[in-house]
Amino acid sequence: MQLGFLVDLHLCMGCKGCEIACKVENEVPLSTWRLRVKYVDVGAFPETKRTFTPLRCNHCENAPCERICPVSALHYIDNGIVNIDSERCIGCAGCVMACPYGAIYIDPETQTADKCTYCAHRVASSMMPACVVACPVEANIFGDLEDPTSNISMYIQDHRDVQVRKPEKGTNPHHFYVGASQVNLNPLASERVEGFSLFNKITHLPLGGHHE
Amino acid sequence: MIHESIAATQAVVTLDVPLPDIFWGWFVTMNMWAKSIGTGLVFMLFLLMKKNPDEMKGLRTPTLIVSFVMMNVFLLFTLADLHQPFRMWHIFFYPHWTSAITVGAWMATVFVGLESLMIVVMLRKDKCLLTKNPTGFFDKLLFWVTLLAIPVTLYTAGIMAEATARELWQMSTESVQMILAATLSGSAAMILLGGSKLSDKTKQFFGAILGLSALMAFIIYMSEYIFGGMKSEEVIAILSNIKGDGEYATMFWVGQWVAYILPMLLIALARVSKSSNLLNLASILAIVGLWVVKHVWLVIPQLLSLS
Ligand code: SF4
Ligand code: SF4
Repeated sequence: MQLGFLVDLHLCMGCKGCEIACKVENEVPLSTWRLRVKYVDVGAFPETKRTFTPLRCNHCENAPCERICPVSALHYIDNGIVNIDSERCIGCAGCVMACPYGAIYIDPETQTADKCTYCAHRVASSMMPACVVACPVEANIFGDLEDPTSNISMYIQDHRDVQVRKPEKGTNPHHFYVGASQVNLNPLASERVEGFSLFNKITHLPLGGHHE
Repeated sequence: MIHESIAATQAVVTLDVPLPDIFWGWFVTMNMWAKSIGTGLVFMLFLLMKKNPDEMKGLRTPTLIVSFVMMNVFLLFTLADLHQPFRMWHIFFYPHWTSAITVGAWMATVFVGLESLMIVVMLRKDKCLLTKNPTGFFDKLLFWVTLLAIPVTLYTAGIMAEATARELWQMSTESVQMILAATLSGSAAMILLGGSKLSDKTKQFFGAILGLSALMAFIIYMSEYIFGGMKSEEVIAILSNIKGDGEYATMFWVGQWVAYILPMLLIALARVSKSSNLLNLASILAIVGLWVVKHVWLVIPQLLSLS
């Protein structure tokens, strides 16, 4: 079994339901996120449009975070999920430095690394990840990539524009996007100006990086 | 490339989470800097043994003690940088051997252990139970410790290379830079430590090592500075922080001048004028400048937004 995710960006409307569901399900502390929806505005007024991209850990087949972890706190489980054992983690931040997607954070409460686990605890009880359940338009498709009859496999078969983030990194993500452009997947394709957020003026949080 | 498309798309992030700030900051710089001096001194002591063993008299123990202290500074900052320092023992009980952090921690521990043994043997020369010839024992062990110092110096390059998100750091260049940092700071520390115990000729020899290390390290940094951007768009974005009015441009050049350019000039002058003072000044500058150089190179890739 190889579990994977696919997000159809044609369907996503940026409601952030998945983000909230993840926060609640996994008790993700304030100022940290396992999954979030990034908004990028494209065009010049009045010809503008807004794009939405849910971003989470890609559960890479060749995961640099797993490779660099000195104590195997990050490890693969049988269903292909890259899981984390926070009791084992020594908080070296090697994984934070290794993940090319910025998917790992240091939990300010436990002072250990954490990230999306595809809700491994729910999956173990045959439930869908919390974000999948919360999505009102079923933009998140989750399933077994090794089963050609699973929803996700059929979706990949039916669509020609299936992409992953930063394929050049050789990480082989198990997380796909349909309907994505460079603006969605490549951080260099958009500007990140000071005060970019609609709700605050913070571009960087000093969390984790306590020794600059 | 894709960054140039922004002029057409006017794409701007309008809602996202704040990005995490620098994760590996000056604690890690201290770690690399102290380790360079610690292993570099061992390299230089070994060279001295091969070149002119007579001059080792009175230098064996002090050199190794300074190296030992720097290695402990390195270990201390490594430990302090962990978010869970009291779990450090996990590295020894749950080691994950694909990680350069694990391999390095084990090797550095053995290295420091061997150094302690050599120091104890020399300090208890008269009452040493281990050997009747402490100096001979020291010199024999120095060979193996020097061999071990090579991977101990190199493993940080391995960690940087495994941090694949930071495209700037490549194993090939970083490993050469690690060795050069050790020979640069090791020879500088040896010149300062040797003082009157070293002959002028030997000091000039270490000066030559310092000057050549500075020259080669400078060439590599300049190559990255000029040609690095050809590797990938991410590297262009990272290097923009040390170019033009980039946030770290001034610090980058201060580092290059203090660590490399000025010491090279001073070494050349010292050779002509046979001045020990110029050699000492070059050594101090090289040691101080190395910290700045390492810090800039550590921080700039972390300024890149990954998502
Ligand atoms: S996306 Fe990042 S955190 Fe997730 S498996 Fe890949 S490297 Fe690890
Ligand atoms: S921070 Fe924790 S999970 Fe990440 S590499 Fe270090 S020990 Fe492993």
